[in-house]
Amino acid sequence: MFFLVIKRILLGLITLFIVSLITFVGVEVLPGDACTTYLERQAFGAALEACYERLGLNLPAYERYISWAIGVLQGDFGYSLSGEMKINDVLGPKVKNSMVLASASILIGIPVALLLGIITALWRDKLPDIIISTVTIFSMTIPEFISATLLILIVAIWLEWLPGIVIVPSEASISELLPNIILPVIAISMIMTAHMARMVRSSVIQVMASDYVQMAILKGVPYWKMVFKHVLPNALLPAINVVALTIAWLLGGVVVTEVVFNYPGLGRLVIESISNRDLPVVQALAIILASIYVSINLIADLMTLMLNPRLKSLQIKK
Amino acid sequence: MKTSVQQINNLTIGFQSQKGQQISILKNINTTINKGETVGIVGESGSGKSTLALAMMGYVKHGLFTISGECMFHSNNLLEMNNKELENIRGRKIAMIPQNAGQSLTPNLKIGYQIDEALKLHTDLKKTDRDNKISELLNKVRLPSPETMAQRYPHELSGGQQQRVAVAMALAGSPELLLLDEPTTGLDVTTQAHVLELLNLIAKDTGTSMVYVSHDLGAIAQVSDRVIVMYSGEIVLDGPVRSILKNPIHPYTFGLLKSIPKLTLPGLPNSMSGSQPQPGSIKEGCSFYDRCEFADKNCKINSPELEYINDLNTHVRCFRHKELINQNELNSQTVKSIENKILKNEILDLSNVSISYAKQKFIEQLINKIEDKNPTVKDIDININKGETLALVGESGSGKSTILKSIAGLLKTKDGIIKFEKDKELSSDLRKRDPKFLRAIQLIFQNPDESLNPNHTVEEIVAQPLKLYFGLKGHELKEKIINVLDKVRLGKFYLTRYPRQLSGGEKQRVAVARAFAAKPDIILCDEVTSALDVSVQAAVLNLLQELKEDFGTTYIFVSHDLAVVRAISDRVAVLYQGRLCEIGPSKNVYKFPSHPYTEVLLGAVLEPDPDIKPKLVAEDIVEEKPPENGCSFQGRCPRILGDICKNEVPPWQSTENGNSIRCHIKIDDLKNQQTLN
Repeated sequence: MFFLVIKRILLGLITLFIVSLITFVGVEVLPGDACTTYLERQAFGAALEACYERLGLNLPAYERYISWAIGVLQGDFGYSLSGEMKINDVLGPKVKNSMVLASASILIGIPVALLLGIITALWRDKLPDIIISTVTIFSMTIPEFISATLLILIVAIWLEWLPGIVIVPSEASISELLPNIILPVIAISMIMTAHMARMVRSSVIQVMASDYVQMAILKGVPYWKMVFKHVLPNALLPAINVVALTIAWLLGGVVVTEVVFNYPGLGRLVIESISNRDLPVVQALAIILASIYVSINLIADLMTLMLNPRLKSLQIKK
Repeated sequence: MKTSVQQINNLTIGFQSQKGQQISILKNINTTINKGETVGIVGESGSGKSTLALAMMGYVKHGLFTISGECMFHSNNLLEMNNKELENIRGRKIAMIPQNAGQSLTPNLKIGYQIDEALKLHTDLKKTDRDNKISELLNKVRLPSPETMAQRYPHELSGGQQQRVAVAMALAGSPELLLLDEPTTGLDVTTQAHVLELLNLIAKDTGTSMVYVSHDLGAIAQVSDRVIVMYSGEIVLDGPVRSILKNPIHPYTFGLLKSIPKLTLPGLPNSMSGSQPQPGSIKEGCSFYDRCEFADKNCKINSPELEYINDLNTHVRCFRHKELINQNELNSQTVKSIENKILKNEILDLSNVSISYAKQKFIEQLINKIEDKNPTVKDIDININKGETLALVGESGSGKSTILKSIAGLLKTKDGIIKFEKDKELSSDLRKRDPKFLRAIQLIFQNPDESLNPNHTVEEIVAQPLKLYFGLKGHELKEKIINVLDKVRLGKFYLTRYPRQLSGGEKQRVAVARAFAAKPDIILCDEVTSALDVSVQAAVLNLLQELKEDFGTTYIFVSHDLAVVRAISDRVAVLYQGRLCEIGPSKNVYKFPSHPYTEVLLGAVLEPDPDIKPKLVAEDIVEEKPPENGCSFQGRCPRILGDICKNEVPPWQSTENGNSIRCHIKIDDLKNQQTLN
């Protein structure tokens, strides 16, 4: 078990290393570099030399990679171009804001998804299932930039209940942010919840049809006890990995939604820094997003290992 | 007057077809289960026997519903009860032992918890009393060290142990009625015999009524007092076990009994033509009309009612049962004894073959060798002559399928050489094998559902080997396909069918056709009949034998069923834990003296005759790995000599019958000991 955890963590680190290499190389082979982009028409002569000197771009690529990588390992992503600010200072508040948005969506989305999934499975082909399933399939198929725009139109413009776009600075405190994130959270969690609910539904249905559930019924186990003891632990196990994938996918959804709502988070930063060709920031963002992706999947794998007696004892035996 | 435990009146259960018709899969069932009685319900797949057993617990599967009738438990109709009332009866008054215990135990809960759950629900015992009761129950079903057993998860037990846990769980509520749905199907022969013995003991001890559902007449014969035979959702015969099995007065039971291969009567059994009709396809007349040898015009138009025959205390659904009474044909059963032309030249020679499932370590991969002192299969020396049928017999884990896979090239051997036609060595790596050897050796798998691609038509399936090995195209290809299908008795109209549109027997015929299309010299048959119903099994065995006579193909036939092996093979090799125990002409292997393991296997065979009881010689312990030193069978051998068996690999000894036995006990001693029993 212990070795397996170590092995998984090592594999995750290797993945991150490869991601960092690819983004670094990708940035390298793009025509132009940070200095030519930044200086634009003045990119020649002394100004260019000075810029190279300042950013250390006159060193060979592998040396720059190594020093950049060492910096990243120490939590220092270097300087951004446009603001000439430390990337850490730029990223800090945005990461926090996106985390608030993402965790609010997850905290609301997962319980709702589980509940809907279980309800639709237990009342399979009955009225609750038909209604909920129709709604989930509907909300799954609408892309978030459309649902977000519709939400703004209906809730913010027609009904005037909530602000349509977020106009707070990046450094705003969480309590200032909260009223602003209601609409973005709804937009993000709609697709995610629908996806997870469908997944949970089919998993529960599969377990309900299994021989051991039939056996539990025939043993005289009361219905809800059977659901909680015999069905759910076995049905939710395969769902863990899907939930992890959905959360990882949510990162992409956050990007789009943040732009629609003008929300000061990572997503907007990604779009901005790409259009400004602020390559050091793009690099930093790629690494951050990749590490979130890798760690979520790692956690899901470990949870499955811990919760599945079959895998657990397999590891002990070896 | 006997007191009845359950009474089933006019029960009809069915489903709504897509066209909105009601289609019944149980038709008008009437029967009574008496106190202390064990009733066997027998029928082939699709006969409705499991649906009937579940209805006896007031359980109807998703999609099915009760059309009419009632299941009276004492004086309450189970089918009209609500969940609350049913929970009080299920497990407490009526308990179920499921078909596949492995899948019927919840995987995330410990054995102890699952039994405790039943105790908590159905008794008023306190925690400590319940713990004692769990140990007591596990002891009762003869599971070793009950305290540690209770702490295990279902997947940590063997199949036989899981089945015992299911029995313990069912007994937790001391039920009045115990329903058993194919409880021994899928278990090894020796384990099956032990579980049946346990059930008999429990029935005697507790006086519980039992309903035993099975397709296996052998198992039914061992446990039942009364037998109900079902066909196409109807009871066709219902009476005392001896009268049903020894003097069946319904043509279906008659045919069924004739199609079972028996140890006492070697040779290929007669097959019954056709298959059970689809639910809803019979509009008028007797449902067995199409397959019946005795049917006349009346049977086609009118459906017979269940009639009571006083002399035999039997209910029968047949117009012509009188003609079957006292027809002693069953006793003078005709079987086709096989006679193969075996040529002297060797076609396949396995010398010193060992196979290991150990994962190669990195360095071993580099030098392409496996270091495994105790491989799964070891020291296999067999040579097979052209035209012969060699059977490999053993329980699960005996390595019989592993050896087949290696011959086919699907699994690399660790050591040893496999030679084809004396001088051509077969590479153990499939990719390095000459295509002409690939063609020469074909494999037929156990389960045709999984071995036929569900997205290919029969035509495409059979065309593959023809295109691959002979490069046939167009008109020529089509003609050849039709020709091959004709050989396995499938008409032209099967060409466009998909596997899902075929019955189990038809699917296996397609698999046989695919193997024969390659014009192979050797066909490897891996448990080809064990997924089939007995009447279909007989047909497939007969087909294989006819094809062999036509083409002179050599068969290597793997099976766990000793009676099937006896019927079809010329020579038998008995394996235990991947080591050969005994090899010789099949007519002699089944005679004493034999290897102690063969003796154990033969003792556990269940004949469809209540008067022939199995002899349980050895415990049914499961060994995970073969022992490192000495004889492979030392752990379970009833005739173990002592240290010599543990330390030295036994020598081969030949008997006067011409078979070879690998045992430390002298042949004459074996003979004396075995004939004494």
